[in-house]
Amino acid sequence: MHRVVHAVWPPLVFGVGFLALWEAVVEVFDLKPYFLPPPSAIWDQFTSNFDLVWDATLVSGGNALVGLVAGTLFGVAMSFLLMRFNLLNELLTPLAVALNAVPIFVLVAVFNNMFSITSEVPRRLMVTVVVYFIVLVNVAKGLRQVSPTHLELLRSYAASPTEVLVKARVPNAVPYLFTALKIAAPAAVITAFVAEYFGGSQNGLGSRIVSNIASSRNAVAWAYVLGACLLGLVFYLVSICLESITTHNRGLDPGGATT
Amino acid sequence: MSAVVVQGVSKVFNQGRPNQVDALVDIDLTVEPAEFVSLIGPSGCGKSTLLRLIADLIAPTTGSVTVNGKDAHRARVDQEYGMAFQQAGLFDWRNVAKNIELPLELKGWDKQRRAERAREMLELVKLGEFADHRPWQLSGGMQQRVAIARALAAHPPLLLMDEPFGALDEMTREHMQAELLRICAETGTSVVFVTHSIPEAVYLSHRVVVMSPRPGRITDIVTVDLGEGRDDDTREDSEFFKKITEVREALRAHQPGRSDRIGQAVEDR
Repeated sequence: MHRVVHAVWPPLVFGVGFLALWEAVVEVFDLKPYFLPPPSAIWDQFTSNFDLVWDATLVSGGNALVGLVAGTLFGVAMSFLLMRFNLLNELLTPLAVALNAVPIFVLVAVFNNMFSITSEVPRRLMVTVVVYFIVLVNVAKGLRQVSPTHLELLRSYAASPTEVLVKARVPNAVPYLFTALKIAAPAAVITAFVAEYFGGSQNGLGSRIVSNIASSRNAVAWAYVLGACLLGLVFYLVSICLESITTHNRGLDPGGATT
Repeated sequence: MSAVVVQGVSKVFNQGRPNQVDALVDIDLTVEPAEFVSLIGPSGCGKSTLLRLIADLIAPTTGSVTVNGKDAHRARVDQEYGMAFQQAGLFDWRNVAKNIELPLELKGWDKQRRAERAREMLELVKLGEFADHRPWQLSGGMQQRVAIARALAAHPPLLLMDEPFGALDEMTREHMQAELLRICAETGTSVVFVTHSIPEAVYLSHRVVVMSPRPGRITDIVTVDLGEGRDDDTREDSEFFKKITEVREALRAHQPGRSDRIGQAVEDR
């Protein structure tokens, strides 16, 4: 408990100090609300519009979650196929790694053309694609990078390929999966927001931010930004909790896998 | 029936290609039941290759390998041997007892029988109270003891070890050697033991097989008779030092580029 308090108070004091400074700067320099609203005004808008912010959060959060789950399932399934078929692995892995460096979420503009204008499918599809590649690259690595001693040992027991998969490869890949989720969860939320900038229904956090800025309701837009930040944090915290459970069980340091 | 019979075995890697390597030529070796045999030699002499041939992890180019009266492949499928490596190779996601149970799981033993055997093996390696610990909570020496318990879990008549104590500090290493001798005496297990260390080979073995590289072959076999009740005093015994010298000279005699010393080494004796 003491350690938690010790770790929490410096950023907490810094955060509160930052907000106070922000408030003071707006006050002292008499900044206009359309330029930068003070935190107090943003908080007022956040609390008075809470129901609207909450609804928009559910839409964006729902899209991110659906995409995260679908992308994870497809990614895990594909990584098993890659492990089974070496040729497929050699063809796809470099591509998947390269795609991680490309802002592929702009593809949502193309997806929007394929579905009706009110559909959430293009956004969810976009999140799915982004998550898919992150999970695929990491889990495939976990399935392959089994210690040579473990493989030799299992061979000395005359273990079948299926037994090697169940006893060594899959358990070895579990921490890689959770590291992938730690990377993919915030990416899913970001992709869900950004996807809303490319059209479709005006119901998510991203669209609300755009429309409120367009009508010069800056403080309201900031209230939605606050909602977006909180949603991103929730996704991230859940994913690191999941990861810490597996790493704790194995005495590992968190973070060994890559994007 | 002999624990291991290696007859006329040779192993060629990358045969017919420019990087062809004659890893082993004309290897004949027999290991008797409850006998402890060490393989020693410089890097590249093929001692680990020979161990892997006995384990049927690789196939010989010519010749035959028999383990406990069965051909090497059959012996592997029947788990006629247990194996331990330089890395303990424990599975982080299993506790100590479940690690020991792994070979029994693959043999299809039921849960209760596995648990009983794991307890028995933990007592054997004196780690009874660590059954529920995770491997990473144990020291290197303790991990290696768990690896030995796992290798012997199915009560195989033969134990194959590839520099199992190579990564341990000197004190732990000597302790582990004494423990290994005790375990082998209690279980009557035969051992083929690959090592770089001359004192280790002499202390542990009934016979030390000296090998030389390019191509890998057996150049000498030194018989050691230090009695069955070896302890720390054995390490200060004059017979112990005499055998160390004998093995060292056997190694030197066949070192490439040192043929001029052979006469010298013989004169020293």
